Amino acid sequence: MSETLMPLAILLPFVGSLICFVSRHRVSVFTGCVTALLTAGTIGWLTYDVAIHGVQVYALGGWSAPLGIHLRVDGLALFMMIMSAIVGVAVTFYAVSYFGEHDAQEEKRGAELFWPIWMFLWASMNALYLSGDIFNIYVILEILGLAAVGLVALTGRRAVLVAGMRYLLAAMAGSLIYLLGVVLLYAAHGTVDIVLLGQAIEPGATAMAAMTVMTAGLLLKTAMFPLHFWLPPAHASATAPVSAILSALVVKASFYLILRLWFDVFHATITLEAGYVMGALGTGAILWGSIQALRQARVKMMIAYSTVAQLGYLFFVFPVSADHDAANAATWISIAGQGSLYQALAHALAKTSIFLSAGVLLHAAGSDHIDHMRGLAQRLPVTVFAMALAGVSLMGLPPSGGFVAKWMTVQAVLAAGQWWWAPVIIGGGLLAAGYIFRILRPAFSPADVQEALHPVPRSLELCALGMAILSIVIGLRATDLLDVLLIGAPFAIQAGGAL
Amino acid sequence: MNAFWTNLLPVGVLAASFLTGLGILLLGEARARARVVVNLFGAALKLALVLWMGWLTYNGTLIEMRFSMVADLEFVLRADSLSFLFMGLSSALWLITSIYAIGYLGNGPNRARFFGFFSWCITAAVGVALAGNVITFFIFYEFLTLSTYPLVVHSGTENALKGGRTYLFYTMGGGALFFVGLIWLHVLAGPIDFAEPSVVAGLPAGLQPQLMIIFPLMIFGVGVKAALFPFHGWLPIAMVAPAPVSALLHAVAVVKAGAFGVARVVYHIFGLDVLSDFGLLTPLAVVASITIVYGSLRALTQDDLKRRLAYSTVSQVSYVILGVSVLGVTASAGGLVHLVHQGIMKITLFFCAGLLAETVHVKTVSGMAGLGRRMPWTMAAFTVGAFGMIGLPPIAGFISKWYLGLGALEAGQPWVVGVLVASTLLNAGYFLPILYTAWFTESVSDDAQALPASAREADGWMLYPTIITAVLSVLAGIAAGAGWSPLTLARAVAAGVYGL
Repeated sequence: MSETLMPLAILLPFVGSLICFVSRHRVSVFTGCVTALLTAGTIGWLTYDVAIHGVQVYALGGWSAPLGIHLRVDGLALFMMIMSAIVGVAVTFYAVSYFGEHDAQEEKRGAELFWPIWMFLWASMNALYLSGDIFNIYVILEILGLAAVGLVALTGRRAVLVAGMRYLLAAMAGSLIYLLGVVLLYAAHGTVDIVLLGQAIEPGATAMAAMTVMTAGLLLKTAMFPLHFWLPPAHASATAPVSAILSALVVKASFYLILRLWFDVFHATITLEAGYVMGALGTGAILWGSIQALRQARVKMMIAYSTVAQLGYLFFVFPVSADHDAANAATWISIAGQGSLYQALAHALAKTSIFLSAGVLLHAAGSDHIDHMRGLAQRLPVTVFAMALAGVSLMGLPPSGGFVAKWMTVQAVLAAGQWWWAPVIIGGGLLAAGYIFRILRPAFSPADVQEALHPVPRSLELCALGMAILSIVIGLRATDLLDVLLIGAPFAIQAGGAL
Repeated sequence: MNAFWTNLLPVGVLAASFLTGLGILLLGEARARARVVVNLFGAALKLALVLWMGWLTYNGTLIEMRFSMVADLEFVLRADSLSFLFMGLSSALWLITSIYAIGYLGNGPNRARFFGFFSWCITAAVGVALAGNVITFFIFYEFLTLSTYPLVVHSGTENALKGGRTYLFYTMGGGALFFVGLIWLHVLAGPIDFAEPSVVAGLPAGLQPQLMIIFPLMIFGVGVKAALFPFHGWLPIAMVAPAPVSALLHAVAVVKAGAFGVARVVYHIFGLDVLSDFGLLTPLAVVASITIVYGSLRALTQDDLKRRLAYSTVSQVSYVILGVSVLGVTASAGGLVHLVHQGIMKITLFFCAGLLAETVHVKTVSGMAGLGRRMPWTMAAFTVGAFGMIGLPPIAGFISKWYLGLGALEAGQPWVVGVLVASTLLNAGYFLPILYTAWFTESVSDDAQALPASAREADGWMLYPTIITAVLSVLAGIAAGAGWSPLTLARAVAAGVYGL
């Protein structure tokens, strides 16, 4: 079944995108919703299929590697696609009401462009996760970057165009640096297939150079500290559904690639020092991002910096996995990997929720300045509650997805004997509490002037609340999702890289 | 009834208050009558379920519910005798406080939010009591922190928000300390169920240096909520909250969750054998003693009634910790029973403080002149609570102090008796002047004279709960020997811990 389902996961949103592109707005909205549900359904079916039959490979047109293009799905790819599907469906339904509410001309144009580009972005993300060779991945990365920039620039406002331009330059630079690594590897080994490369590669100057440039390019695209400069303006100035997509999904796509490369291609090349550098970057991201978040005056800027910080937690899997020769390493590397991916998921859900809430806030009060949060606990209780719930997950308090992620990550770094990351991870939670309560606190004070709030459609609030509740619920029962993640043992580092 | 349903009882107990909270929040602000019905029904149902569960456990049924969250993380609810001590207290006082709060808040704003989160706080407190392993404990412990926040900042004033910030700063910090200790211990020992003998007792001796660091991390982690010196600073500041919150949460549920946590860490995570081998019990007793004396000293100088009571709480909660950290069944029983005794006495005092603030707008000790004549029932209840705190027989507080003192002598630690005596003198030092002012002086202040002559006792919603808790304080003292008294339960817990 998988040989149909894998291309379908890419083709469905792609075709949806084409239909949205050529049709009128009302048809686009309908197509978008149907496509989102069908895509999510396909991924659900694929999950079921892979859970039974294990890792699947599908050669396009019957040509196998190294000549042909093939699609490959394992637990890790599936996990990322499930994450995209959950967020995708929520954002899609949110966007229906969100763009339906605006009358301004520029908003209208934005609304028309949103559907085709968003569907296209979704298709390219699924293609990225299913792709089995590093050159295809380069092509998809470019497409993904362009679509993301297009989404940022939707409304065509001045601030948005400046942020979009910066984003475009960063994304292009990132892909080009990555391409350099692809060229190096192809020249040395004559293949771009991930599995074949993993078997062929040997530690040495070429591998080291390729690993460095590919990782650096992807770090830029992930907005990893200190290469995060483009993220806050882009994520904060985009419209709410777009901010959610970018923060929750797009930055994780390039993180996913780093993970793939380190585990499947460069496993023999990575050194402890390289791992420590990544851990140090994670530490920097958590501290710097949180401190900047504490200093922002606007809710959306604060959330964007929170993304910079939260991405830091993903990176502790690298120092842990770099120590792969120690006894019991396999166990704790697997735990670190699960923690990292669970953090990706928990953050995706919580951040989607909180960006969608910020959209409600902007819509209702006309501003997302923190001072405009005054009195909202009384006037928009559902939204404030959703923000608080999502905040719990970002702080990593139990029971939430964020807690499970933090628990596994801390456990892994302690077991690996790298205890010095633990205070960062736990302290980061306290900093997160600091910035979350900065926006919740004014919500409890009485509003100065009872200026009328613009009425908010219930569905907007409920989408945000649904995501927030989900970010908590995945913390109560994590076993099943983690079982999916572990299909095909994505975090196993085998000698020689044989699958 | 088969085992499956019996084991779901703890879930039912939690759901009774959680769903009540959810229902109240969903009903919204306008439907006041429906809210009252839902609230009182939920509280009564919860108490009934707790009593039922108690009856089953008493008859030897083991009630336990567990499911796996992640590989080696399990969610476990289990009812042992120590849980009943705290759970029974919280559930009974929730019902009483709900009635009081309905009267207290009257037609004020944001009542739906207040009662909703109030129910969730109780859910968290009872969850803390029912937790069967340390992760589950931690989940509810943090839930308690968060669900209390909207209550602390209820009025939304600048002061309240500032108080809320301090509250979070301390409790979240405490939570983080506890988490460090918890995960460290987890890496060393694997999953930690609350059990006798403790999980830690089975660890190799070489781990002692690490365990000696983990213990203070965990103790101070829970000690923040128990207002253990030097982490007590949040409690007096959190008194900006409305009276029912101060009464139930900051005199009972929250601080007792901390004290209960100390008992769990000492008895069921580390175990007395391990701790006395390591020599860690005496330092804990010393910290508790410092808190007892320090809290009382600070209480002496407070003119604000609620702040005086708050410092008194700081002092009294450490009696529990003192009892836990002195070896021997008698001292343990004395400490544990104070969990309940202090709860019912202090809630009485806070109820009275709320009554005074609401009916005659008196918030300071100096403003209480002549109130004995004006509000005899309220002041009578206050007097019972105050005498109990000082430790006069036959009120409950006497029993706690008697057992603590006796236990200290049995354990060969006579200095503890010195602490108790000093504390009793200080208790008298800050409570008797209040009673004197209220009963034996004439009202002189302008504020009080400006009051209408008709300003007397409050209505029954607030007054009856106060009288009920005062009567309970006396009953728990007089009938301490009865089979159903808190003392009997506390002695059973202590006997269990010491393997008798």
